[in-house]
Amino acid sequence: MIEIKDLHKSYKMGSNSLHVLKGINFKVEEGELVAIMGSSGSGKSTLLNILGMLDSADSGEYTLDGVPIKNLSETKAAQYRNKFLGFIFQSFNLINYKSALENVALPLYYQKVPRKERQEKAMKYLERVGLKPWADHLPSELSGGQKQRVAIARAMAGEPKVLLADEPTGALDSKTSYEVMDLIQKINDDGNTILVVTHEEDIAHMCKRIVHLKDGVIVEDKKIEQVRAEQYV
Amino acid sequence: MFNKDRWLEIIEVLTTNVWRTILTAFGVCWGIFILIVLLAAGKGLENGIKQDFGDIATNTMFMWTRATTRGYEGLPKGRSFEFKINDVQAIRDNVPDLRFISPRNQLGGFGGNNNVVRGIRTGAFNVYGDYPEIINQDPMAVTSGRFLNYNDINEKRKVAIIGQGVKNDLYDKDEDALGTYIKIQGVNFMVIGTYKKSNSGGGEEGQKEIFVPFTSFSQAFNRGEDVGWMAITANDGSSISQLKDKIVEVMKKRHKVHPEDTRAIGYFDLYEQYNRVESLFGALKAVAYIVGIMVLLSGIIGVSNIMLIVVKERTKEIGIRRALGEQPWSIKKQILMESIFLTLISGMVGIIFGSLVIYGINSLLDSIGPVDMFMSPSVSVGVVTGALTILIVSGLLAGFIPAQSAIRVRPIEALRTE
Repeated sequence: MIEIKDLHKSYKMGSNSLHVLKGINFKVEEGELVAIMGSSGSGKSTLLNILGMLDSADSGEYTLDGVPIKNLSETKAAQYRNKFLGFIFQSFNLINYKSALENVALPLYYQKVPRKERQEKAMKYLERVGLKPWADHLPSELSGGQKQRVAIARAMAGEPKVLLADEPTGALDSKTSYEVMDLIQKINDDGNTILVVTHEEDIAHMCKRIVHLKDGVIVEDKKIEQVRAEQYV
Repeated sequence: MFNKDRWLEIIEVLTTNVWRTILTAFGVCWGIFILIVLLAAGKGLENGIKQDFGDIATNTMFMWTRATTRGYEGLPKGRSFEFKINDVQAIRDNVPDLRFISPRNQLGGFGGNNNVVRGIRTGAFNVYGDYPEIINQDPMAVTSGRFLNYNDINEKRKVAIIGQGVKNDLYDKDEDALGTYIKIQGVNFMVIGTYKKSNSGGGEEGQKEIFVPFTSFSQAFNRGEDVGWMAITANDGSSISQLKDKIVEVMKKRHKVHPEDTRAIGYFDLYEQYNRVESLFGALKAVAYIVGIMVLLSGIIGVSNIMLIVVKERTKEIGIRRALGEQPWSIKKQILMESIFLTLISGMVGIIFGSLVIYGINSLLDSIGPVDMFMSPSVSVGVVTGALTILIVSGLLAGFIPAQSAIRVRPIEALRTE
């Protein structure tokens, strides 16, 4: 599903440049649930941004579902993001003047799905994350866990190939964190490919594979026994 | 364009900070208001001045004789002379492109003695000896009967057309004037028609005129071949101002006036006066546009500023949208539409307020009666459409820089803004 070869990325900070990713090689199959771990500054967010086409690599290859991702124009990148990827952010990033339903329907709007169909589909995904009764609520009227569930519904609404989650539990207490992870696991059970960036050990162990980043290189990549989040809920 | 979600969003964005939106809108509203009111005031002044020209064909000159100031061909200076009726044919033969040449004679005049009698009533009126063409140069509406025709001229009929004012003075209210006789300086004329000039045609005095055939006038009042003055109108394509020198020259030759005697023949070039007024109002209109658009411009800069702030505030939101796959062009369109919508709505409010003020002034003018040199200020539909076009263009301009800066933000940077 995802294949990256020898990925390099550096940032210019005034006169000296900061080499953040120093040759990453990495492959994700369909249906995997991968945790990308590392301390802050290890390059995990940069990697995720490149995977999410929000940022571009300096060198190296990136193939997503057989499509080479290189030298994209902003328009093309927007198209690919919409078609291939779903984002889940640490700070939820819901649009605060739109209701939960409208937020979920947003990717479908950019796919030019007709309004009525859009609403139906969005409602289906809201139901799946258990927030159907909150469809008309604004983000400010929802709890943190609920917001993240709306964000997950939104990420899934466009039926992307891969879900990218950047510290999805970073802003949540542990109980809600497990609830969210439970949801992510269930979505993965349905066959969706998910990448989770986290620095929390227990969250990482709820995935099926852990990739350890340190100073811009992968130091460890192992399959693990998945801990089900259900038991903590 | 007519996308429900887009419009909902525009409304949403503009109503999140209502006071800011209103204050911004006020700038544009004020600009367009000034523009409309200035243009209307200019139009009012123009209407007021043009009223003095009345319905008179403006491509017209009037010409009369005065005493010569130089001797010529053995004739002394200070000599008086009169135009003759055959001068008309001479002008027609020598000067092309003239539409009407009306020789005229006149009795009475402003403040003159009572010269018209009917039964026990008398009045002082202007009595003109005229050819039928005069109705084209000095338009009037014939309210009953008919105007002069060439049979009247040829047969020297003693008939008269009287103005509404004359009828009011000499007749009872319900009396029918047609077929009755009035005595002009002792000579009986039969009334064959009445006229009314539009209000602008010389005011009250314009309604107190009597027109009789030129030939019968000459005979009845002993003018012989003399012509008091002439009203000459040029064809639509050519201007009387250019032809007048030629006409005067022809007259000088015929009446043995020294070619350099500039004072023997007097004339008044209505067209030149009219043109002068026209160009004055052209300049006035230009000033109104410049001032209005300048004021509008500061309003538009205000809109542009606010849109920049809106973009800044929404940086994160724009980032989210782009991460979700919104096209850059779509974001740009959104910002531009917000800007156009804001300018257009506030501009329309300005137009409405301007129209209300104009309406108020008009009804005030109506209630206190006519004011000198000012009449029915108004703006045409053309001006309003023009103003709306200016608004749309300026909305586009105001939104352009903010829209550009909105799509310049990379989604990753936008998302980093916390």
